[in-house]
Amino acid sequence: MINKKHTISVLVENHAGVLSRISGLFARRGFNIHSLAVGITENPTISRITIVAEGDDYTLEQIAKQLNKLVDVIKLRSVKNEELLSRELLLIKINCTPAQRPELIAIAEISEAKISDVSQTTMTLELSANQMRISAFEELLKPYGIKEAARTGVIALQKGANSLTG
Amino acid sequence: MSNRMIAAKALVKCLELEHISTVFGYPGAAVCPLYDELSRSSIEHILVRHEANAGHAASGMARISGKPAVCCATSGPGALNLITAIATAYMDSIPIIAITGQVCTDQIGKDVFQEADITGAAEPFVKHSYLIKDAEALPDTVKKAFYIAATGRPGPVLIDVPFDIQSAEIEFNDDDYSKTVDIRGYKPGTVGNKLQIKRVIEAISEAKRPLICAGGGLFSKNSFRLMIKMAEHCDIPVVNTMMGISTIPSEHPLYHGMIGMHGQKVANRAMNECDLLLLLGARVNDRAVLALESRELKVVHVDIDPAEIGKNLPATIPVVGDIKVVLKQILEQLPQKKHTEWNNELKKQTADNRSSSPAPVDRTSAVNPKSFLKILNRLIPSDSVIVADVGQNQIWTANNIALSGGGRFLTSGGMGTMGYSVPAAIGAKKAAPHREVIAICGDGSFQMQMMELATAIQHGINIKVIIMKNNRLGMVRELQTERYNDNLTAVFLDGSPDFIKIAAAYGINGDYLTDEKEADKALITLLASKKPYILQVEVNESAVSLI
Repeated sequence: MINKKHTISVLVENHAGVLSRISGLFARRGFNIHSLAVGITENPTISRITIVAEGDDYTLEQIAKQLNKLVDVIKLRSVKNEELLSRELLLIKINCTPAQRPELIAIAEISEAKISDVSQTTMTLELSANQMRISAFEELLKPYGIKEAARTGVIALQKGANSLTG
Repeated sequence: MSNRMIAAKALVKCLELEHISTVFGYPGAAVCPLYDELSRSSIEHILVRHEANAGHAASGMARISGKPAVCCATSGPGALNLITAIATAYMDSIPIIAITGQVCTDQIGKDVFQEADITGAAEPFVKHSYLIKDAEALPDTVKKAFYIAATGRPGPVLIDVPFDIQSAEIEFNDDDYSKTVDIRGYKPGTVGNKLQIKRVIEAISEAKRPLICAGGGLFSKNSFRLMIKMAEHCDIPVVNTMMGISTIPSEHPLYHGMIGMHGQKVANRAMNECDLLLLLGARVNDRAVLALESRELKVVHVDIDPAEIGKNLPATIPVVGDIKVVLKQILEQLPQKKHTEWNNELKKQTADNRSSSPAPVDRTSAVNPKSFLKILNRLIPSDSVIVADVGQNQIWTANNIALSGGGRFLTSGGMGTMGYSVPAAIGAKKAAPHREVIAICGDGSFQMQMMELATAIQHGINIKVIIMKNNRLGMVRELQTERYNDNLTAVFLDGSPDFIKIAAAYGINGDYLTDEKEADKALITLLASKKPYILQVEVNESAVSLI
């Protein structure tokens, strides 16, 4: 069977221990997680967990069914990538001498990234985009020397008028 | 009207409102407020001798009563000892409520004395769990816990209650114990999809060689009666999983025994030759079903848990729903059918098997387990509860026990937990004091649970124990003989005591059985005893599981 990436939006009760139940489930059933991002929703008693997981059809069906069995999981939806509006935030600190600043400012501008911090030897950029653009941006900065980088993991909403609410 | 009380008292009142009459447990400092209140309640506390056995006893009770049963332990080691029992109940979908004490809320996470993160540790094995951080929320949580444990696919629910929460004063009135439960993330479905039901009926009508595989799910609300009705209505032969034993009377003409690697040849043959398999409340465990995928076969899988459908075996027609409701839906529209040829083939094999005498073994100093169980079958009351442990004793009992309508077979089917039979028998006997309850174990498993003889004596619980003694861990011995070139290692039980003397030390009568000819007499004495009784049955050390 063919492995593919899927994005699963999960609405869960917003209380302690829920994330551990979800991550524990993935670990003990041997499901692979690419990224996982959690945050509160428009309803403060509900959090949304966005999971990017990889597997064949059988595995993805099992992931959804096993997640649904958790009492703390209110609703979930697995959405094909082309139907998703997905974003990830990248913070990246690169080596940058004062002489290199103009080039990097130009790269930031072309990539629609923001300059968040500058020091004598470094520049920190931030970019919110889909995963593909984030990766391309990282590639572009590699030659300068990446000191450190942090990515949030993907968050996503379905395109169009459909919504997942508790 | 204001009605203030400590949360521990409210908790006990909740248990009373849930009609709990028995709690199996073991106290400790962190559950003292609860025990203090329990002592003044209508609930009987059964003091076990190890916390795991409180869980197994609750499991035995829940299986017989069909309702959640309660076990209780203190924080740290007490709670941790419960885990095996919780996991055992989880694997077999048994509704138990485990209440554990916890250190004070302000001390959680500081590694204080007898602190263990039990909700974290038990997470893989519970249907759900709660760590109570607000005393006022306790009654509502208890209500939810019972609801979750009993509905949908049943399972264990853990409630961890810190010491200071138990002692905190809250407002509680019986009337407030909310009558309806609404959990937004938990809405188990009950009714089968109409279209799928229609497809099932079509499949049954078209099938030439249909077969019902009955699982433990059929014990839910006595649904097995509808399964038997369906089998008779359409002349469909029935096999069962280990968990499904006693869903149909053993002597039923449509019944052909247990499937699986330790099952009956005829049952497995039926699985391999049928053209329609109706899996009812069974989850297709690896020991039960192998390699059915490779052939043309329609599979109807009825289960309350959608995650079990398609997990181990692709289903042609999946039906999610309460087995009782689904069977009713099917029966409403199901036309009658006959499958004479298919049934005759299977009946002939089963008849041959039932009449065959067991392979001869040295009768001078040992009893053939199959012959012994046949005698037991003849003597026990029809509504007996037989609790098999784990090991060769489990396979012997599963394949040879014959329970007519009203009898019940219990065992740790999924987890295969040694030491289950005696405490589970204690729980079963508390649930059905007038029924004969017999634990059958080996000399290995008996030594994992013999401390519970004290529990039986102390609380006047009249269980009977049969020890199939072969001085070996027989199942492992058999495996080593077959697969490891007869290199027998770590399977000799040479240090074992005389179990009848051990029983005597507890004030329990018992006897040795070394000659099959004495089996009738020995079993009549066992069954006549009004107090707990132990029979030690000498079994040949080289006896195999499939006899």
